[in-house]
Amino acid sequence: MFSKNIQQKIAFHIFRLLSFSILGVLVWILGFIIYNGIQVINWEFITAFPKEGMTEGGIFPAIIGTIYLVIGSMMFAVPLGIMSAIYISEYASNQKWVKFIRIMTNNLASIPSIVFGLFGMALFVHTFGFGDSILAGSLTLGILIIPLVIRTTEEALKAVPESYRLGSIALGATKFQTIKNVVFPIAFPNIMTGIILSVGRVSGETAPILFTVAAYFLPKLPQSIFDQAMALPYHLYVIATSGTDIEASKPIAYGTAFVLISIVLIINLLAGWIRRYFEKQNPK
Amino acid sequence: MMIEAKNINFYYGNFHALKGINIAIPANTVTALIGPSGCGKSTFLRLFNRMNDTIENAKLTGECLVNGQNIYDKTVQVDALRKNVGMVFQKPNPFPKSIYENVAYGLKVNGVSDKKYIAERVEQSLVAAALWDEVKDKLHQSAFALSGGQQQRLCIARALAISPSVLLMDEPASALDPISTSKIEELIHGLKEKYTIVIVTHNMQQAARVSDKTGFFMYGELIEYSDTKKMFLNPENIQTQNYITGRFG
Repeated sequence: MFSKNIQQKIAFHIFRLLSFSILGVLVWILGFIIYNGIQVINWEFITAFPKEGMTEGGIFPAIIGTIYLVIGSMMFAVPLGIMSAIYISEYASNQKWVKFIRIMTNNLASIPSIVFGLFGMALFVHTFGFGDSILAGSLTLGILIIPLVIRTTEEALKAVPESYRLGSIALGATKFQTIKNVVFPIAFPNIMTGIILSVGRVSGETAPILFTVAAYFLPKLPQSIFDQAMALPYHLYVIATSGTDIEASKPIAYGTAFVLISIVLIINLLAGWIRRYFEKQNPK
Repeated sequence: MMIEAKNINFYYGNFHALKGINIAIPANTVTALIGPSGCGKSTFLRLFNRMNDTIENAKLTGECLVNGQNIYDKTVQVDALRKNVGMVFQKPNPFPKSIYENVAYGLKVNGVSDKKYIAERVEQSLVAAALWDEVKDKLHQSAFALSGGQQQRLCIARALAISPSVLLMDEPASALDPISTSKIEELIHGLKEKYTIVIVTHNMQQAARVSDKTGFFMYGELIEYSDTKKMFLNPENIQTQNYITGRFG
């Protein structure tokens, strides 16, 4: 119908249009949140407790709660995920077993997060008796992101050329020394990327914390890991759906969304900086 | 004899890669292993620091002796063996660390922590690898800033730092330009005073230039093994003669 050059032109224009439209959606979402959210952002908003049935005041406890949950879940998931990935990709010799673990990790990654919430409530809150607490919430979030950490770490380790491993082993290094001194430092920047993705995921998840840690409102900050905490995504959900005066608290909802996005962005920038720093230490 | 192979057979699954190899290599000599691609010479080389251990479905029969000890004996610690039998690979593979750290690496993983001794060994090894003058002012820069030939000499220095008695070289100059190659060859010549060197090469002129003894492999068999001079001037076997004169392979 058309000559092949015209076909090519049409195809390229369609691809370009589609990629721009994706960018457009992103800009739209961000613009919407920033435009509506920035109006309520001030020093009080990020440092004060909610007031007047959450129609005024700040979101300080929710920010703190989210930071605690991010730190808690990372402390649990990052070492566990990285060590499992090292085992799978460097040590395990039985390929059937490795395949089985890999399928199971992928299954774990595709379970809906609300199911993790339910599981966390049953296991950590009730069976282990942690109650609704930062500990239970962190562990639940941790389980949620372990597959992500494992998969990205595995990819990062696989990307390290075999010649480095051989070079190290040929000098009389053990496998463990090789992994610790050569393979892991080279893979680290890419592992960081996986961790960044997990932080983004953890700070935005609502379902897993719903039954395990999140509180509607707390008059004071959590004092220990056995206390409940407020968290940004849950706070957003609450004031947008079941506040005392939903219309009045709408600006606060946008402000909360703005803060949530900003935190994720700051963590991304920070992690990118750390990544570049380590890449400089280990030039490719 | 520094290195001995007694009736070595090696299999990759069903493939019979080495067939009844017997060889005895004296200390402080350079032995070149030549032969067409896929003849088993690299496989044979890798037996002596047990780099074939990790290959699945591989099987070995016969005895490999280094300094009189069967290195496949159950009492042999493989990392201790590799400290004594160093290896230089085909493609330079320095670690993404500084020049200094590259040379110090082998010492550190073998439990040396005396900083002064490490610094001495790093210098001695770089001198022995004829690289010291070129890098002494930038020891703490990345090894990747060096040229390919310098990187390969760094890998040789790295192997020398842990004071092995044997050095295995798997086509160490095949990825390098002619000038770098001749530097490596000169180096090999000087190193045999202290080390026993076995070098796999595709380049027959190189074998003739650097080695005292030459072994010719074909289809997994050691066809001929003798003094390099005799091998190149007056080979006993017709296959060797054909290969050396370029009529085959």
